[in-house]
Amino acid sequence: MFIRRPQPHDCADILPSEITPQSAYLSRREMLTGAVAAGLIANAWPASSVAATTKLTVVKNAKYSVTDKPNTFNDITTYNNFYEFGTDKQSPAENSGKFNPQPWKVKISGEAEVTGEFSFEDLLKGLTIEERVYRMRCVEAWSMIIPWDGVQLADVIKRFKPTSKAKYVAFKTIVRPTEMPGQQPQFASLGWPYIEGLRMDEAMHPLTLLAVGLYGQTLPNQNGAPLRLVTPWKYGFKGIKSIVEIRFTEKEPPTSWNMAARQEYGFYANVNPRVDHPRWSQARERRIGAEGGLFGSKQQTLMFNGYSDQVASLYAGMDLNKFY
Amino acid sequence: MVPNQKTIKFVLKPLLFIACLIPFALLALKAFGVAGAGFGPNPVEEVLHELGLWGLRFLLITLLITPLKDILHKPWPIALRRMLGLFAFFYVTMHFVTWLWLDRELYWPGILEDIGKRPFITLGFAAFVLLIPMAMTSTNGWIRRMGAQRWRALHKSIYVIVLLGVWHFYWLVKSDVREPLVYLGIALVLLGWRVWKALQKRRATKSA
Repeated sequence: MFIRRPQPHDCADILPSEITPQSAYLSRREMLTGAVAAGLIANAWPASSVAATTKLTVVKNAKYSVTDKPNTFNDITTYNNFYEFGTDKQSPAENSGKFNPQPWKVKISGEAEVTGEFSFEDLLKGLTIEERVYRMRCVEAWSMIIPWDGVQLADVIKRFKPTSKAKYVAFKTIVRPTEMPGQQPQFASLGWPYIEGLRMDEAMHPLTLLAVGLYGQTLPNQNGAPLRLVTPWKYGFKGIKSIVEIRFTEKEPPTSWNMAARQEYGFYANVNPRVDHPRWSQARERRIGAEGGLFGSKQQTLMFNGYSDQVASLYAGMDLNKFY
Repeated sequence: MVPNQKTIKFVLKPLLFIACLIPFALLALKAFGVAGAGFGPNPVEEVLHELGLWGLRFLLITLLITPLKDILHKPWPIALRRMLGLFAFFYVTMHFVTWLWLDRELYWPGILEDIGKRPFITLGFAAFVLLIPMAMTSTNGWIRRMGAQRWRALHKSIYVIVLLGVWHFYWLVKSDVREPLVYLGIALVLLGWRVWKALQKRRATKSA
C-alpha cells in the first residue's frame, strides 16, 4: 500500500482544509487494506460478465450529499444520453452489453511532472471511494438525484503534479466502435472521441468527482464504465464518460458539444436558470421520477444546480451570458 | 376490386377509425398502467414525442391518397381522406395541448415567449394554426359553401403544413437528424409526385 504521508514542504501549497486529519487517514489505510484483501478493488471487474457490476466498498460522505431522495437504480441506468451507444435514451442500456471496461488504462499527459499510462486500479490506489448523493441536471431540462461512488478528482490530479502551465484539464472518451455501435460510421451524431474539459480550479474543486460506481456498485456500462467525470453544478454533458485520457493544457480545450453546436453548448455549461438555451428555457426542469408522473409538475432550476454556495466564487465577475 | 359506397361507409371507415385511434389508445393504456404497460422515466417527453410523430405521420398519410388514386386509376380512396386529415389534426392538437399543459404548465408568459423566440416552436405553431381552417372546413357543407375551387385552394395548404411539420422536427433534434430527414424524404416524394403529375399534364395538353 502506498499511502503518502504529508511532508513539511507540502504545506506551502496545501490549504489546511485539504490536509486529512490523522484519524481519518489511518482508518482509511485499514479499510483499504481490508478492501484489497477482499479483492474488492484489485479484482472488482470480472472480465467474463461485462454487463454485470460488482459491489464497491464505499464511505458515505454526508457533507457533500443532498438530502433529496435518490432516483431509482432503474431510472439512473435506463435513461441515459451516451451517443456512443445510440441516441435514444434507452439505447445505452440496450446496446452497451458487449462493452468491456476491463482491463482499463488511462493516459495522463500534458503539462505535468508525472505522465504516462496508468491502469484503472493504479489511478485509485490509496484513495477512499466515497458515496455522494448529487443533483444531476441535463441541458435538456430534466434532472435526477444520483448516489455516485467515486474519488475527488483533485486527489487524483495532485498525484501527477501539474505544472504552473496547466490551466485546464482535458478529458477524452474511448473510441471502440466494435463495442460501441453508435460510433460506427453510418451513425453520424457527434464526432468521436467525445472530449471535454474543465478549468483547473473547477477540476480541483472538492465537488468534482471521478465516479467509479453508483449505489455501491461499479458503474454500469451505460453510465460511463469504468470511470467518468461528475461536476454537479454543470449540465450533465460535462460529465464525460469512459475516460481514457486526462491531459493538462495551457489553453482552453475544445469540447464535443461546443463543436457540434457552438451557439447552444458552451465550455462552462454552468446550470443557470437565467441563461436560456437558444431553443428552450432553462428556468425549470422535469425531475425524473417525481410525484404525479405524467401530471407531476416541473420544478424551478436552481442557480449552479443548488451548489451556488460552493462554486459561485469561481465565476465571480464573469459574464455568465457570454461564458455559457 | 372497387369497394362500393356501402362498404366504404360501414366497413372501411369504421375500421379505419379504430385503426387511427390505436396510437392514442396505446398511450392511454400506458398512462393508466393497464396490463403492465408503462412509460419510461420521462413520461411527458414520451407522450409529447409520440403524439407529434403520429401527427406528422397522419399528415403524410393524407398525402398518400392522391398518388394511391392515381395508381389504382380509381377515386374511392378519397372517401377516406377526410378522416385521415381530421386524425392528423387530432394528433397535432393533442401534441400541442400536451406541450401547453404538461410541459409548459399553462404558464402563458413562457408559452408566448417560446412561440415567439424559439424558431422551431414558431414553425410548429404555424403548422397548427394553418391546420385549423382546414379542420373547420372539412365538412361537405363547407365544400358546398366555398365551392370546389376555393375549397381545393385552401386545402392545398397541407403542402406547406407538412413541410413546416418536418422542419419543426428537424430543428428540435439536438444532433441526430436521421429521423427527421427520413420524414423529409417521404414528404418530398409525396409532393414530388404532384409536381411530376402536373408536369405530365402540361406536356399532354401542349402536345394535344
